[in-house]
Amino acid sequence: MNPFFQALSVARKDLAIEFRTKESLNAAGAFAVVILLLFSFVFDPASPEVRTIGGGLLWLCFAFGGALIFNRGFARELPNECLDALLASPISTASLLIGKAITSFVLLLIVEAVSLFVFGFFYDVRWWLHPLKLFGVCALATWGIAILGAAFGAMTVNLKLRELMLPVLIYPLLLPLLMAAIELTNNLLMNQVTADSLLWGRVLLVFDIVYTSLGIGLAEIILVN
Amino acid sequence: MREKLVYILAIVGAVLLAWNLYGIFTVLPDEAAQGAIYRIIFIHVPAAITAFTGFFIALVLSAIYLKTGDLRYDSAAASVTEVSFVFACVNVATGSIWARIIWGIWWTWDPRLTSMFVCLLIYFGYLMLRKAIDEPTQRARLSAALSIFGFVDVIIVWKSIQWWRTQHPSPVLSIRTGGGNIDPAMEHMIYRDLLAFLLIAAAIVLVRMRQEMIEREIDSLRRLAHA
Repeated sequence: MNPFFQALSVARKDLAIEFRTKESLNAAGAFAVVILLLFSFVFDPASPEVRTIGGGLLWLCFAFGGALIFNRGFARELPNECLDALLASPISTASLLIGKAITSFVLLLIVEAVSLFVFGFFYDVRWWLHPLKLFGVCALATWGIAILGAAFGAMTVNLKLRELMLPVLIYPLLLPLLMAAIELTNNLLMNQVTADSLLWGRVLLVFDIVYTSLGIGLAEIILVN
Repeated sequence: MREKLVYILAIVGAVLLAWNLYGIFTVLPDEAAQGAIYRIIFIHVPAAITAFTGFFIALVLSAIYLKTGDLRYDSAAASVTEVSFVFACVNVATGSIWARIIWGIWWTWDPRLTSMFVCLLIYFGYLMLRKAIDEPTQRARLSAALSIFGFVDVIIVWKSIQWWRTQHPSPVLSIRTGGGNIDPAMEHMIYRDLLAFLLIAAAIVLVRMRQEMIEREIDSLRRLAHA
């Protein structure tokens, strides 16, 4: 079978489980909304300055919510030795990793969509001024988060301190991507698309290409014990 | 032979560093705009280059480990990363002291400083990951993968002053600028200090490698005893 279709099969399986149980989705969505609520006590939600920092608020919610999704990605396969069964199956390790990344990507996009509505409603931020561009930024940044999340979720799945190690390892690596996503989202929320936006867009694209290539290249090392 | 090499590297490095410090404080004049504090560049820049060289060597050693499965390369990569991390901390600390005098602040969130801080966090994570895994092969494999993932940030730190407008000063070494940004005597001193730092770093790495190997031997004996 084509490796891409193998990855899609893994993602379809994971998404079917997730939509049935909704354990990661509910937790990550609720967590993101709670963080958005907490921000309202940190500054004046009615202030026009919210637009200038809106990107930062949103991407912090997405990144923190994302950690809950990655933690479950491979940990879900631990009971009954499902991970060993997956590795013994004819699916390549790279397809398995990409499949997990696609699952995280879809789940995180759903969390982002919910958070955007909540953010627009409570903070009066017009995020729909550039919907396609905002979707492009979300898609590129979310893929970067998802692929790194899948890679590090796999790396830490067998560790005793899994929940502790994953955020410690992943957030520093995600920072360039989060910086780019925050800058671009701020520009879109403030309706100020500048020449710098192109540079930050390139950062997102390069980040995605580099880490997807590294993830595929190192999948065997990360996954096979 | 190995012990002799450690002593030779450490003594030559220390003597060269002492000689350099004498030159820095007594021979070289104050810089016209910054005064005496500019001398921190003779620690700041060589520490950065030593750290980045170390991270690159760790990347190569990690790749060789993944190719060969020989745990000696893993020990070497871990030792080099540890020592490079210390030099990276020296770089950040000296930069911060310079910034307090020249800019009036200890820290600013410009792309060079931020990416360097991120670099420290990534390699701190590397060291934490190694502590969190008991099984030597798994530890070696995963830390090698992290070393490869993490090196991307080293490239970002290196190129950040070209990619973004930064508060951090532009490069001064003629190898990057083509010359004219620094007095040749001062540039010469930076290279001499770099050599001293590299020699000292190599000596510490050799000591750490020896400790890593002994630790692994003790660990395998303990496993054997338990089995």
